[in-house]
Amino acid sequence: MMVNLYPLKEFRLPVVAECINPDIFHGKSLKEIEALEAWEGNKKKRLGDLFKVEVENTGSDQEATVIKINGDVSCVRRIGASMKSGEIIVKGDAGMHLGEEMRGGKITVYGNVPGWAGSMMNGGTIEVHGNAGDYLGAPYRGSAEGMKGGKIIVHGNVGREAGAHMKKGIIKIYGCAGQFVGFRMKGGTIYVQKDCEARAGACMVDGTIIIGGRIESVMPTFTIEGLRKKVKVEEGEVIEAPFYLFIGDLTENGRGRLFVAKEPNPHLSHYEKFL
Amino acid sequence: MELLIKNGFVYDPINGVNGEKMDIAIKDGKIVEKVNERRAKKIDASGMIVMPGGIDIHSHIAGGKVNAGRLLRPEDHFKDVEPKTAVTRSGVGYSIPSTFTTGYRYARMGWTTVMDPAMPPLEAKHTHEELSDTPIIDKASYPLLGDWWFVLEYLRDGKIEECARHVAWMIKATKGYAIKLVNPGGLEAWGFGRNVESIDDQVPYFGITPREIIRGLCKVNKLLHLPHTIHVHTNNLGKPGNYITALETMRCVEDLADDGKPVIHITHCQFSAFKGDDWRTFESGAEEIANYVNVHSHVTLDMGQVIFTDTTTMTADGPFQYTLYTLSGNKWTNHDVETETSAGIVPFHYKRKSYVHATQWSIGLELALLIKDPWKILMTTDHPNGGPFIAYPRIIAWLMSRKAREATLKKINPKARSRSLLPSIDRELDFYEIAIVTRAGQAKALGLKHKGHLGVGADADIAIYNFNPETMDPSKKYRAVRRAFKRATYTIKGGQVVVKDGEVLKHVDGVTMWVNIQLCEPCEIEVNENLRRRFKEYWTVEFENYPVSEDYLAVSHPIPVKADV
Repeated sequence: MMVNLYPLKEFRLPVVAECINPDIFHGKSLKEIEALEAWEGNKKKRLGDLFKVEVENTGSDQEATVIKINGDVSCVRRIGASMKSGEIIVKGDAGMHLGEEMRGGKITVYGNVPGWAGSMMNGGTIEVHGNAGDYLGAPYRGSAEGMKGGKIIVHGNVGREAGAHMKKGIIKIYGCAGQFVGFRMKGGTIYVQKDCEARAGACMVDGTIIIGGRIESVMPTFTIEGLRKKVKVEEGEVIEAPFYLFIGDLTENGRGRLFVAKEPNPHLSHYEKFL
Repeated sequence: MELLIKNGFVYDPINGVNGEKMDIAIKDGKIVEKVNERRAKKIDASGMIVMPGGIDIHSHIAGGKVNAGRLLRPEDHFKDVEPKTAVTRSGVGYSIPSTFTTGYRYARMGWTTVMDPAMPPLEAKHTHEELSDTPIIDKASYPLLGDWWFVLEYLRDGKIEECARHVAWMIKATKGYAIKLVNPGGLEAWGFGRNVESIDDQVPYFGITPREIIRGLCKVNKLLHLPHTIHVHTNNLGKPGNYITALETMRCVEDLADDGKPVIHITHCQFSAFKGDDWRTFESGAEEIANYVNVHSHVTLDMGQVIFTDTTTMTADGPFQYTLYTLSGNKWTNHDVETETSAGIVPFHYKRKSYVHATQWSIGLELALLIKDPWKILMTTDHPNGGPFIAYPRIIAWLMSRKAREATLKKINPKARSRSLLPSIDRELDFYEIAIVTRAGQAKALGLKHKGHLGVGADADIAIYNFNPETMDPSKKYRAVRRAFKRATYTIKGGQVVVKDGEVLKHVDGVTMWVNIQLCEPCEIEVNENLRRRFKEYWTVEFENYPVSEDYLAVSHPIPVKADV
């Protein structure tokens, strides 16, 4: 089953549409999908009032449901929240809380996403071809329930606190990252291919952060452990270059591993005398 | 307006009514002998339970500390959101709901009177602002006086009468209801980064012991004839082996009791009934406490039952909260240290699989079941410390049904299960006893004359629950009990139907009760002179801005009391 959604207008108010979820669309007719509830500002609306819906039925119920959103939905929040299977493709920008508490399936965005993409995620994959905002994969403010599994791939840059409170899973960022990557991290892996602002791994207890570009500075509460010739990001992805390995955050008695590429970071060479 | 509740099974322990089928007549917010049957609006309660509105003797619902908890826990609001309806406001919060949601949720369960147990005098205005914003329910607040400099100084010098006058002024100034002591002496010590370890430890810089504070304020309470006894959160709360402190606290005022009336209320007793030397040897001390309470009549307790859920602990006991923070590693905040108390707040998740948490769960129920007289042990969760108050229906089910307890016992930590006394306890409370632990006993302990019963002249605060005690056995159908108490079929507050089938129909304002103490001779000047001088020296507010005036309360309800001093 394949569902195409076309926004009927340029949304100016926030739209909350957690009904855009392959598990909910699965097996429903056009009428039923149009009748699903969503909020525009403080008004309850039907999904059909906000989007033009087209359903292409392949006839088979076994096949996974694919939802294609064509157009700018940067005001539409909670797309694919709690989804377990199927696929969502967004051709344009998506809104906040994309794939919140997602458990399975795949979301692909050919555009940018703002804050809290993949927040508290448990499984599945999110791939963003543009940039991502702050709190990528991080829990809502105040909570310590971070990402527990799954995979997030961002081809552009990300904002601050990516992977905060993360416990398991992997975040791959092929651009630059803001401050506090892996803040209070407890497990899992974060890879930043390009540059990274300061305070990476602050208060981390366990897990791995790999920084392939320049980092402004390493927190003073991290201690150098050694030099490594190569670093494994995940199965089948190994970076063959020299990396400094730091252990921290010592303020939390942490054993987290922070790998920082040697070549782009000549200002860290003074650490070598402690080896 | 006249109202007639017909044919319900009425449970009214204060008047000795045990499940008799009878009608209750209401006129102008009070219960009356009879009403004009044709004119009155009738409610058919046949096959249902009719009880006085529920009362909560100890529930942190307002004040600076509660609000700090709200600020500390945005995630608590995120997961529990209530949209507005035609009559109610929207609200958020699971363990620390916003004020409006607090009122609605209590009313939905059939509770109509709630006591906020910890008001730092300096934040009395804040507390009353929040209480005024808590709809439907009647409420009151206990000022924290156990660590108040003036009280400590008067008691050290043995000036009981002066102390009584001062306390009378404080209760009037804060519009309070009872004297609250939290870790007496310990909080003042916490201001210097220390604590007291037993009731005979010296409080630093004051040369007084917790024993003297408890005894002193107990005497003050008697001199002032306050409706409630002193309300004590014991020293060493939440520490293994503290049941000895709890017993000593009860024993230390034994001789002050006369004609068998209670003189002390030990609150959230579960947290003060720990045995063992450390957390590994930790076990239940409920039996020892129950054995003592069963043969003494000068004490009342409330449970402080633990619920397996994610909640927020907040007490005025800063040192205890700090210990809890170091144990749990959660975020925390210290609050009010600059005021007359020192509170702490730590989010806490009680887990079934944890030995300590499961044992705590067991201790609360053991206390409630081993203490034979239900008038002495009242039902609370110490909201939100043991769990949010919305869990009351679950506690009622555990108390009424052995089967319900066994169902939970199966799921808890195996070591806690094998050590728990619960499997050996067959006692199941009936609805009459439930009405005592949730209403009548609470009203009696609080000295509320017009609440907690359905006699003529009582306030028409009534809860009707859809459970037929004639055809259904609460011991077997405990899930039906839980459902019934979760959503009252009717809640009537002051003669008005405010809740029907668990939905709030009407927004009414509850009153704020406070004790208006009339002293024998006017002493305002003397108290004020002394106070004024100290205010100039130490305080951050002007003396004139300190007291809460009566017009500050949305609906003020003074309870006049004549003191002996």
